[in-house]
Amino acid sequence: MEVYLLILLVLMILGSLYSLHARDLLSAVISYGIVGFGLVLSFLFLQAPDLAIVQVVVEVITLIIMIAVIKNTSREELPRQTNYKIAINFIIILIFAVVFFYIFNRMTGMLSEFGDHFTRMATPYIEGSGKTGSANLVTGIVFDFRAYDTLGEATVLFTAVIGVLTILRIKGRKKEE
Amino acid sequence: MILFILCFVLFLIGLYGVVTKRNLIKIIISIAIMEYSINLFFILIGYIKGATAPIINDEVQAAVFVDPLPQAMILTAIVIGLATTALLLAIAIRLYRKYGTFDIRKINSLKG
Repeated sequence: MEVYLLILLVLMILGSLYSLHARDLLSAVISYGIVGFGLVLSFLFLQAPDLAIVQVVVEVITLIIMIAVIKNTSREELPRQTNYKIAINFIIILIFAVVFFYIFNRMTGMLSEFGDHFTRMATPYIEGSGKTGSANLVTGIVFDFRAYDTLGEATVLFTAVIGVLTILRIKGRKKEE
Repeated sequence: MILFILCFVLFLIGLYGVVTKRNLIKIIISIAIMEYSINLFFILIGYIKGATAPIINDEVQAAVFVDPLPQAMILTAIVIGLATTALLLAIAIRLYRKYGTFDIRKINSLKG
């Protein structure tokens, strides 16, 4: 069980590394798909079927949009940077990694080990599942106990759709001249 | 614990891409990778060994469910992530149409 998750996570890490270093943007997008679909499988192993379903749909839509963008623009990666800049980048990312690892260490110190989680916050939700009448506890939480969160999500989605429409519709300054 | 660390490594790879890459599409991919790693981390925290998916079944009365609360939160976050990625890609298309390149340094130097 845990072994499968380990293999999946290593695969996802390899896929993400390749997608960052690919010379062709199309293969970068495809290997980004490895990460997304690996996430789907991990959700299935972690007993989250709702999330797996949503993630499949979202991943397919994201890949389609990205491939459409690359088809309409260019799929060539920029030329490599000079060694000097690569060294600076490496130092920057090393500093970031150290800082983040320190924060991560402090943060996960309070957490229990993987698999030993103790349900605190969700206990009233599980006990009150009779009130919602929903057999699926996740949808019971999303649409009943935390319906205002879902309303906020719908607002964000609406704003994003409006934003995409606005950005893609207006004419650039170059074309007006 | 090794799973948490691997998840964190995935996050760091996304961070590395955001910091070092010049191509806009690669930066968007890195942001999406970071988001995925955070989603996975939440679900990893909420997992309980031997527990079943949080769906009530009359025939099989499960002893414990995995924590449904992070799942509900992440369900929201995944959909919002799609919306933000689409918005970023739309901005990338606009920039490409105006400047003819995905290179953020060239876009930066062509201000005005």
